[in-house]
Amino acid sequence: MSIDLETARRVAHLARIAVSDEDLPALADEFNTILGFIEQLNEVDVDGVEPMTSVTPMRLKRRPDEITAGGYAERILSNAPDAREGFFAVPKVVE
Amino acid sequence: MSLNQLTIAEARDKLRGGEITAVELTAACLQAVEGADALNAFAHKTPEIALAQAKEADARLAAGNAPDLCGIPLGIKDLFCTEGVPSQAGSRILDGFRPEYESTVTRQLFEQGAVMLGKLNMDEFAMGSSNETSTYGNVVNPWRRGNDEAALTPGGSSGGSAAAVAADLCLGATGTDTGGSIRQPAAFTGIVGIKPTYGRCSRWGIIAFASSLDQAGPMAKSVRDAAILLGAMAGHDPMDSTSADLPVPDFEAALTGDIRSKTIGIPREYRMEGMPDEIEALWEDGRRMLEDAGARIVDISLPHTKYALPAYYVIAPAEASSNLARYDGVRYGRRAKLSQGDGVLEMYEKTRAEGFGDEVKRRVMVGTYVLSAGFYDAYYNRARRVRTLIKRDFEEAFAQGVDAILTPATPSAAFELGSMADADPVQMYLNDVFTVTVNLAGLPGISVPTGLDRSGLPLGLQLIGRPWQEADLLDAAFALERAADFGHKPGKWW
Repeated sequence: MSIDLETARRVAHLARIAVSDEDLPALADEFNTILGFIEQLNEVDVDGVEPMTSVTPMRLKRRPDEITAGGYAERILSNAPDAREGFFAVPKVVE
Repeated sequence: MSLNQLTIAEARDKLRGGEITAVELTAACLQAVEGADALNAFAHKTPEIALAQAKEADARLAAGNAPDLCGIPLGIKDLFCTEGVPSQAGSRILDGFRPEYESTVTRQLFEQGAVMLGKLNMDEFAMGSSNETSTYGNVVNPWRRGNDEAALTPGGSSGGSAAAVAADLCLGATGTDTGGSIRQPAAFTGIVGIKPTYGRCSRWGIIAFASSLDQAGPMAKSVRDAAILLGAMAGHDPMDSTSADLPVPDFEAALTGDIRSKTIGIPREYRMEGMPDEIEALWEDGRRMLEDAGARIVDISLPHTKYALPAYYVIAPAEASSNLARYDGVRYGRRAKLSQGDGVLEMYEKTRAEGFGDEVKRRVMVGTYVLSAGFYDAYYNRARRVRTLIKRDFEEAFAQGVDAILTPATPSAAFELGSMADADPVQMYLNDVFTVTVNLAGLPGISVPTGLDRSGLPLGLQLIGRPWQEADLLDAAFALERAADFGHKPGKWW
């Protein structure tokens, strides 16, 4: 399986990372190197083997569905690059 | 000997005995930190906080019954969120981020009186094996090859932690380990580092890389110090649903050095093709030391070892792509400067393009690809199945009565900074070949310095333990440490 420029462009877009056209060939090459390395996994017989979901077998704890925190919008917003009137601010979204 | 050169155990006893004060000890460390800018281990120094904490510690010590870590100066990896103190995970995208909260591990340390000297440099988002991906620049290993002035890597991703401990800038440090990020830098700098069982230390407030693999652990000058620190870092935390609700044993009390009833496994698959003679000899020496200490040595097989790195390089990037989706220029960190007419999509794409470094981008994109429609089964699910098999290999070895497994910690000694610049990414990934299996299986693993290579650089061996048996593992490491009697320190050039 080899990644072409179009796939590299699509993946970059899905990851929301701007990649210029001139950087795409190098990116596709790197993907191919890494995916080539990963291809080794195809040698393993995984028939009947469950995919791991939790490395240490444990039941997730339950807790009462109660409000235990909140009421500190200022602290939540304190690190925002742009916050106004108690909200995160982003560029205008026009669909 | 200046105070910053003490071990945690020595300093604790002197503090309790009133021979030294926490303020004196902290001042000695701060002075060492100030004189070590050439190592670039500290990304953010916090001398005011340190001195205030030291004063409080002295009051507590005077009152009696102070915890082990009361007044002990530590370095904190930049991956840990520390309230009001920059916490950037070595990334440009978190420029200016000052958390409003404290990670559970650091909160526990400070509650026990530990002193924070500052935040330690690291590979960006803990992605790297050489500390060359940090926005703060490379960390330099305090060790050199004899009189050769070439700057060497301290390893990564906890390279700042490793360099700071090895250079006696602090008495101990926190690290995190997703594929070897505590154990490989510990081996490269001649110190001890333990990654505990997955779930032993809370991940709450530690900036996430790959959540099913990440674990915090201590980096220290001795096995005893690692035991003391781990005890303070570990414990159940309701804020992390994967944190284990198990009692934390007294790890230091477990250090007897008596391993006569223990069985140590030597996995044949770790004898890699092209492994340097020196690593082979180091491993052989370790085997002999444990045998001389009375342990039974058995050869074992972990047949899926070869597939651990490829499985890791599916699972870790997949989880990273999801975890790092939060860096979008909206809630924290930096937002790219936008052009007229740019919308939210351009904001995301530009912010992430300029905020993330190359290795992070590469892994986020690989993760995005292996999770994308049509490839999820072929890559991600297959890797998770292989992970099940890797864990099963260990379970079978333990079921045969093996208590711990001895392997090399790294395939080489520390290499030169910049020497891997032209290599493809996979070459760098091979650094974790002996450590990554342990993360995939969720087991505890410890790196202990046991020898020097021909050029005088430290080399380490790894012991892998049964789940939740860190006490036994530390004891085996203690026996190995005593037998190896490493005792070397880097000559001060910085």
